[in-house]
Order: sequence, then C-alpha cells, then structure tokens
Amino acid sequence: MSEPKLMKGNEAIAEAAIQAGCRYFFGYPITPQNELPEYMARRLPEVGGVYLQAESEVSAINMVYGAAGAGGRVMTSSSSPGISLMQEGISYLAGAELPCVLVNIVRGGPGLGGIHAAQSDYFQATKGGGHGDYRLLVLAPGSVQETVDLLQEAFDLADKYRNPVMLLGDAVLGQMMEAVRLPRDLDEPLPPPPPPESKVWATTGAVNRSRNVINSLYIEPERLEKHNWHIQEKYRRMEAEEVRYEAVQVDDAGTVVVAYGTTARIARTAVDEARRQGLKAGLFRPISLYPFPYQALREAAGRARRVLVVEMSCGQMLDDVRLAVGERCPVEFYGRPGGNIPTPQEVLDRIAGKGGEAK
Amino acid sequence: MRHEVIMAGFGGQGMMLAGQLLAYAGMLEGKYVSWYPSYGPEMRGGTANCTVVVADEPVASPVVSRASAVIAMNRPSLERFEGTLAPGGVLVYNSTLIEQGPTRTDIKAVPVPANALADELGDKRVANMVVLGALLAVTGVAKPESVVASLRKTLPERRQNLIPLNEQALAKGAEAAQGAAAKA
Repeated sequence: MSEPKLMKGNEAIAEAAIQAGCRYFFGYPITPQNELPEYMARRLPEVGGVYLQAESEVSAINMVYGAAGAGGRVMTSSSSPGISLMQEGISYLAGAELPCVLVNIVRGGPGLGGIHAAQSDYFQATKGGGHGDYRLLVLAPGSVQETVDLLQEAFDLADKYRNPVMLLGDAVLGQMMEAVRLPRDLDEPLPPPPPPESKVWATTGAVNRSRNVINSLYIEPERLEKHNWHIQEKYRRMEAEEVRYEAVQVDDAGTVVVAYGTTARIARTAVDEARRQGLKAGLFRPISLYPFPYQALREAAGRARRVLVVEMSCGQMLDDVRLAVGERCPVEFYGRPGGNIPTPQEVLDRIAGKGGEAK
Repeated sequence: MRHEVIMAGFGGQGMMLAGQLLAYAGMLEGKYVSWYPSYGPEMRGGTANCTVVVADEPVASPVVSRASAVIAMNRPSLERFEGTLAPGGVLVYNSTLIEQGPTRTDIKAVPVPANALADELGDKRVANMVVLGALLAVTGVAKPESVVASLRKTLPERRQNLIPLNEQALAKGAEAAQGAAAKA
C-alpha cells in the first residue's frame, strides 16, 4: 500500500488502472474526465505502455477491440455523449467476448447536455446500451478509494468473464480530490501485466497452435442462437457470483434510502443526520449495478415501511428498485437531473416526509 | 470535528490551490478530507470555488448544504455564498476588494485586506495564502505548519524557494484575523 495521496478521482483511476496491469489506452477528450487520459498520456509511456488519442470515440473503441483481441489489458474512458458514440463498438466487444474496462464519468444529458455530474446513463450502462442481447458488468464506486480498489477487480472480472466491464462514475467522483492509498507507491516498480499468451483465445500469432478467431458475426441463426445462449450463461454466472452492495443500518430502518455512487455519499450524510433526529433511516448502496442486488434489497425492503430512491436523474435505477421491492412497501423517488446535485438537506427532508415525493 | 469550507474568488486568485493545500494539510494531520471544485467554463476573471471538508470521521457527502466557513475573495463570491453559512459560521472576506461587508449578523465576519497585505510582502500572488492563514487562525481547521508541509511535498524543487514567502503570508493573514477579531 502507498502512503495516502491527495488525488483527483480521474487521476486515481488512471494510476490504479496502470497498477492493475493496463498498458493500452485509447480515447478522445471530453469534460469531465479529461484528467484521466491526460494522466495516461504522461504515465503510460513510462511503463512501456501505449497511449493514443484517437480521432473520435468510434475509432477509440475499435482500437480497444483490437488491443483486447490481441490479449492486452486495455481501457478507455469517456463521458456520456462519448460513451453513446462507442455503443456499436461495445456491442461488438460483448459479442466477440473481449475483456476491457470502460470508464464513464457521467455528465448531464440528453444530447450534448452539460458538463456537470449526473447519473442519467444508468439504463444505457446496465441494460446493454448497444444492439443485441448483452450486458456489461457495471461497477459504481462511491469514493476515490473505492474506485481504486474496484479497478483491479474490474480488469480481473473482464478477463474472468471475457466481457467488457464498465466503471460508472460521475463528474463529482472524477473531479473530487480525496486521500487515497494505491496498491503501490508511484516510484515502485510494477509487476509485468499478464502476458497476452496467457489468454489462450487471443490472436497472439498462431505458432504451434491452431488459429484463433475473434468475431461477432454468426450468419447462421442456429449458430447465433447458440452463441447468444453461451453469453447469457455468463450473465447468469455474474448474477450468482458478482453481486456487490453495502447496507448501512437497514435492519431496523423504517425508511431505506437506495442510492449509488456520489448520491449514496450524500444520502449517507442525510441518513446519519436522520438517525440523530430520531428517524429510523438506513442506506442501501448497490455497488454492482449489473448484476443488481435484487435479493438483498428485497430482504431489506421486506422489513421497511418505505423505500426512497435518490438519483441524479429522473429515475432510472428506480425501475430496478421497483423490480426488487415489488409490493412489499411503497417506493418513493427523489431526483435531480441536468447536472444538479441533491444536497444532504434535500434528502433529509424526503426522509422526514417533507417536500413531496419528487422534485 | 467536521469543517466544511467553501473558498471562492475570481479565477486566478488562487482559491482552488488554497483549497487543495487545506485538504492536503488536513490529510497530513490524519483527518479525512475531500476537495470538490467548481469546474467547466471558469476562466481567469470568472468565478471559481471549491468545497473542502476536513473531518475526524470519513467524509460522507463532499457536497455541502451548510458551510461552517466561507472565504470570499471578491464581491460576487460574498453575495453567492454568504447565505450558505451556518449560523455562527466564519466568513473571511477580502476587504481590499470588498468594501461593503456581509449583511448577516449571525455569523462571524473577518475582514482581511488580502491584496494589500500581499502587496506589503511584495508579491500579489500570495493573497490566497493570506486569507488561508486568517481562516486557520479563526477556525483551527488545520495548523499553518501542516500547510507549509504540504507545500514542501507538492512544490517542485525549483519552486521550494517560495516557501518562506508563503509562510509569511499565512502569518500575516493570521495576524490580521486576530486584529479583526479583537476589534469585533
């Protein structure tokens, strides 16, 4: 572990990725994640890696496809409109079963939207995003430290499932500075990344073995159906094995607040304050958004009087919460879209039953 | 202990950097810290602000509803953030540029002629350290020594010679704040 360092979320993501073995980064600039590629541009050459600013996001994601197919540890990052441009390539990555890490530092939309923090890409991230029946494994850290901790896992999970993993952050997480401990100090030598040949399916040069093919085209319906059921089986395994969440004081809570990422931090302050005021509130924080922690939330909601979903959107995770909770108790919503950040006081008012159901 | 400080001024007045140094100093003292900037279309002459939380407990929300202290380096910053101060909160404002102080009477107002004092030290750029020194003296968020230690850790070799000047600026701010407190 390194000494604590004061780092911006975007920079910490970049360094943690490199320490996790990432040696290839392809991207295109967009606020509010620019510190991430900037850091990569400076640091990757120092560790023998490749940084390349592509001519567009479409191009960048296809470079990710190429590097992943060749067995490299590869990553890209962008923000909402840029991630939209990448969707075709992401669908291809999922179809061709290529591991990579995608970082989305979400900003307000739709369209060009704004540059401030939002959580309005939840549907896009968790329900596929591009065409075809596929999922990304989606992780939503709540602090700069958790972002760092999840990155090593993100790369390992991508390799384990041969599937793209998305780290879903937001502009607060990207721009904020917090004290963070990295696995290693910056001047410590890094262990070499896993060699491409360790991925037996990768196109590393067919010497003394049969040819590997990276492809997402299956023109015969029977073969494509079989391929679809094969990748679905991976998603069922993720649903069984990769659910992550944090539950704070939900056991006796009358109101269970459900929030992820930055919003969960704000909700945590509100929940703590509610407890001080004698209101029994708890926080349920999904960390894996896909697979979503349906079962754990269902159990928490079964004991609660009501569930309050808070998002920096008009209500997207809300759908998954409703699926989890069903008729067990009422599900209320408070959201601030467009780059506005709910304040702890606003959330506290909703916990206390003031201020109506939604903004 | 939980300090929630908003620091605001024109772009170029050094509030973002002063905020980072405050967060760094808090970290060196073993506190939990966060620094969250306003960002985007800000530029020199526009307004820029950041929120710094320094606490004994992990920082839940880096976004603040009620600030325990505000530094305002110019009039627009004072107007924008005076209202976010909690009752009894500390307002350090740059009285060189802000002639008319706050309207609220339930806060502790600390006028500091930051630009004038920086000029006395011979370098306009340390006005940010003057107000930071004042803030530290009034609120005790962190020790001035910790800010100096942060400078030692973060400044490149060729800029380390500026540390004594910054130290003087912190001290001058503290002195001015104590003077203002004595008058009040």
